[in-house]
Amino acid sequence: MATTLNPTHVSTTRVARRFQLSRLWQLAAAHLALLLYTALALFPIFLVVVNSFKNRRAIFAMPYALPTAETWDPVGYQTVFNNANFGLYFANSLIVTIGALVLILLAGTMASYALAEYRFPGNTLLGLYLALGIMVPIRLGTVGILRLVVALGLADTLWALILVYTASGLPLAIFIMTQFMRQVPRELKDAARVDGASEYRIYWMTLPLVRPALGTVAVFNMIPIWNDLWFPLILAPSENVKTVTLGAQVFLGQFVNDWNAVLASLTLAIIPVVVLYILFSRQLIRGLTAGAVK
Amino acid sequence: MQRSGTTRRKPFPIHIIVFLAPAVIIYTAFMIFPLLDSLRLSLYAPGESGEYVFVGLNNYQRLLTEPLWAPRFFGALKNNLVFFAIHMLVQNPIGLFLASLLSSQFIKGRAIYRTLIFTPTVLSVVLVGFIWRLILNPLWGISGDILGLFGIENQPWLGLETTALPVLSLVSVWQYVGIPMMLFLAALISIPDELIEAARVDGATAWHVFWKIKFPLILPTVGIVAVLTFVGNFNAFDLIYTTQRATAGPNFATDILGTFFYRTFFGIQLQPGNPTMGATIAGMMLLIILAGVLLYLFTFQRRLLKMDIQL
Repeated sequence: MATTLNPTHVSTTRVARRFQLSRLWQLAAAHLALLLYTALALFPIFLVVVNSFKNRRAIFAMPYALPTAETWDPVGYQTVFNNANFGLYFANSLIVTIGALVLILLAGTMASYALAEYRFPGNTLLGLYLALGIMVPIRLGTVGILRLVVALGLADTLWALILVYTASGLPLAIFIMTQFMRQVPRELKDAARVDGASEYRIYWMTLPLVRPALGTVAVFNMIPIWNDLWFPLILAPSENVKTVTLGAQVFLGQFVNDWNAVLASLTLAIIPVVVLYILFSRQLIRGLTAGAVK
Repeated sequence: MQRSGTTRRKPFPIHIIVFLAPAVIIYTAFMIFPLLDSLRLSLYAPGESGEYVFVGLNNYQRLLTEPLWAPRFFGALKNNLVFFAIHMLVQNPIGLFLASLLSSQFIKGRAIYRTLIFTPTVLSVVLVGFIWRLILNPLWGISGDILGLFGIENQPWLGLETTALPVLSLVSVWQYVGIPMMLFLAALISIPDELIEAARVDGATAWHVFWKIKFPLILPTVGIVAVLTFVGNFNAFDLIYTTQRATAGPNFATDILGTFFYRTFFGIQLQPGNPTMGATIAGMMLLIILAGVLLYLFTFQRRLLKMDIQL
């Protein structure tokens, strides 16, 4: 039976098997590369978190081991809680981030609604003017910003940070949301107009229809605002208005030789961000890839 | 229809102004005005009575020629170019490589890899800087253990003039590789399957399919990634400030334009701050970034015009 087998048939199965084998090798190599890179991305974070719960001797003697009953020691966390007001820093960061996000979304949707909805002289020009800020980093205006903030009496206030982050977040927010606003069906708005709805009411009605864009803009702005060091350092360095990022920077600088405290404060700063990231990673990734990745 | 048509033709109805005012006012007051004010200030210098006196482009001339300023400026510019070059040569190719693996439909657990690899990107640079300071600290010995596996001798990487800048650039690459990865991934996924299959049927290898079909198709994304990297790198500050302080040591080996700007504007130790020279450095940074962005716009102009029509 085997001898009568069609020779071309034999060769195609052999080719197919070899093809499958090389496929398998390729898959294994791809997984290996991805695993190695994932390890590289997470290992430093893992080391910090794990060692923050150990006593000083164990940190140096067995840095790769998980904490055991013997090596367990939360002394670093005690140092952090006794010496730095992370609760206050956290609240400041929350106020600044949420305040700026609300302003970006409100002012941004209003402006992009007007740009998308009405034809008025200078519409395109205004759109370009607002888009200028996408490519020009706001840090380069720091000298002017500090002068302005001091002149307005806003130095060392959270308002200074909120307004600066709003100004820097608006250009991209308006650019993205204008495109979404243009996709809202015209008939819907005209029907509402026939029913006598005011222009403000119609704007409010369109907001739920552009919800994905709102999510993208919010997630996009959230991380850089929360993580920024530059403007808190320059505009609001006082103890009572410090953000988490600046607070951590100052604390880490002061306690640089207290390994327990450094590791504990790093862990405290890492965990809320990573939890938030895991909660919002879908929106973030979808926003970053313009919806191409589900 | 008729009614809304006439409303729209009226010159500047009040509701349009109400809609635009908050964004235009905040953006103009806290971004455009300070930028212009900074540029204006770069044309002034403190006179004898402490009042600012108009000096034209004199500050720029001093920055580029005076022995007190020029070596620092060109040193920071050179370091910034190295910083940028390492991102372009390491971060973006690794991002492209990871994206090409993640875009394959045969890889299980793609979403998990993607999410995990992106994690460092969401951390603040302050945390990343300190995490790596600990890892690279010879006292802890982590870097020694790991480099030992590859037979590389451990060194005080952040303390040596020759290694501090490349190592910090790689730390920044470690943090931000997720961004090019995601952008490349989005571009690769949006390539129609039929195109790839047609090539496969014709007997093209995966290597060929990638370089002959996929890469040319994602070229616009390569341009976007390059310009984003450029703007981000020439605006960087946090990582150097966190790990090496504003002095950007050792011996200015890690001084980039952002730290040079900060040091000049605010002063350091005994040297008082100099707002007008700070504004001058910011003006130069603006020029450099604009030059990069314009170069991108002109190189990719055709593609951009096409995008504009679509919008």
